[in-house]
Amino acid sequence: MAENSNSELKRIARQIREDVIRTARDCSEGVHVGGSLSIVEVLAVLYFKVMNVDPKNPEMPNRDRFVLSKGHANAGLSAAMARRGFFPIEEMEQFDMLNAPLSMHIDRHRMRGVEISSGSLGHGLPVAVGMALGGKLDKAPWKVYCVIGDGEIMEGSMWEAMMSAAHYKLSNLVAVLDRNSFSLDGPTESIMSLEPLAEKIKAFGWNVIDVDGHDVEALVKAFDSINYGGEKPTMIIAKTVKAKGIPHLENTTKAHFAHLKPEEAEKAFAAIDAK
Amino acid sequence: MSDNQSKYIGISSRDAYGATLIELAKEDQRIVGLTADLANSVRMDVFQKEFPDRMFNMGIAEQNMMGAAAGLALVGKIPFVSTFAAFASMRSHEQARTDIAYNSLPVKICASHGGFGLAVGGATHHALEDLSIFRDMPNMQVFVPADSVEASAIVKAIVKTPGPAYLRLSRPTEPTVYTQDEPYVIGKARVVREGKDITLMACGGSVGYSVQAAEILAEKGVSVRVVNFSTIKPIDRAEIVASAQKTPAIMTVEEHSIIGGLGSSVAEVLAEEGVATKFHRHGLQDIFTTSGPYNDLLGYYKLDGKGIAETVASFLKK
Repeated sequence: MAENSNSELKRIARQIREDVIRTARDCSEGVHVGGSLSIVEVLAVLYFKVMNVDPKNPEMPNRDRFVLSKGHANAGLSAAMARRGFFPIEEMEQFDMLNAPLSMHIDRHRMRGVEISSGSLGHGLPVAVGMALGGKLDKAPWKVYCVIGDGEIMEGSMWEAMMSAAHYKLSNLVAVLDRNSFSLDGPTESIMSLEPLAEKIKAFGWNVIDVDGHDVEALVKAFDSINYGGEKPTMIIAKTVKAKGIPHLENTTKAHFAHLKPEEAEKAFAAIDAK
Repeated sequence: MSDNQSKYIGISSRDAYGATLIELAKEDQRIVGLTADLANSVRMDVFQKEFPDRMFNMGIAEQNMMGAAAGLALVGKIPFVSTFAAFASMRSHEQARTDIAYNSLPVKICASHGGFGLAVGGATHHALEDLSIFRDMPNMQVFVPADSVEASAIVKAIVKTPGPAYLRLSRPTEPTVYTQDEPYVIGKARVVREGKDITLMACGGSVGYSVQAAEILAEKGVSVRVVNFSTIKPIDRAEIVASAQKTPAIMTVEEHSIIGGLGSSVAEVLAEEGVATKFHRHGLQDIFTTSGPYNDLLGYYKLDGKGIAETVASFLKK
């Protein structure tokens, strides 16, 4: 378990954000910047504070399990895992190249330290439920953390997963909903209205925690407050900004996927520096 | 009664599956079961009673069930997932392919009510494309036992394989083909009856019905060879070539569409091996099925002994 202060976590989050922006500039076709940048703080807090993982031993039996159900945010996950020590950060320079370990979506065969390949939306949370069922059966000490998207939550399989997690009282399962309020075609509420989302998830039998998804302190507190010995799974609804860190893309429909021009990346780095 | 007589003779393959699963689960704690509100129908109800902690009824939500099976496999379990073949293959197709097969996970999808087994259920509940669907998944092995004895042997074989498997089980009791307990050899077709005028290559209950057809045809002076292809994938290429060399005609027989299942598998091999032979795929001819009692449907689609024999006769006349 990494012991990091909140200011250290903020520094790490900033580094991860810069790694994503750099990759969005340098890779061959572009990156899912919007959904990668919105979860930077969540990933930093999970990988550098909350989760019991050992980058030198990715199959450590009692490790906490992590599933990125919104697998298209792999640029974000890759940067976080690289900084955590699972593989060299230099691997991001080969992002999307033929057979490269790191690419648009997550391939468990190629990428070290991931539990399951993901990319098709709606798959990861059911897998996380299965892991949590196994963990509960074995009375295991480890927990399962699953990051999901608010476009992804339109998939019916996600609600099946939520129903079953509550039914089986999977208090060892924590999902983090990246509420950046956009899917691909536009704002979620224009595409397929989700609200009142927190109430729906509560009604499905989950503990719901609302938090500012870019506030490291608040995220740490949120994870700390979880009762793993209770009877309910927990959903942290992280209110986030799609493409946070690239001002001209933030909260726009163009935020989903971008191949940044050098000057656009420069502007983004400068904006991060200015903070 | 010989020493090796199976205790599973004369029941359906789904019954044999349920009983064998319990035998195996007693020895291996890693085995867990999942179903989608069909525990009794897929014969997991006794497993549920004996191992309640290891049985996960996921309700009528097949996609989540299949994904959860993948998750359980990832944390060291050997999941046996059972629902009707139509739903396993279609409703949770993507999960079987993308979560299980793509990640090479040791999930054993044992789906009951294959073919038109739930006969009165009609097309919505008939699985006429499941073999095609699962055959198309890399890393997935595909099996259809000829009867209950072979079903038990296949279950005992697939629990040991490192990757995923699809096992199609039957609701109606198949005609008995085997009586002896013997270890199952994955990928090896088995000759059930020798003959020289035509080879019937069949899977599932169609094997027993093909033997009945062979007996009918024998009285008419036609000598029929019957081969059981219970491993659909990996298909026994050598046996296909050998059959083409032994008999001048081959007909495949399956309770499945002629597109994509056993017939298509055999056709692919014959074509690639460059073996010229009279060939016909018998099964559902690219149609949706109607409903009715199972024996009536068998007759209606010419998949009973009489119907297979008639089909052979008209095929050989051409």
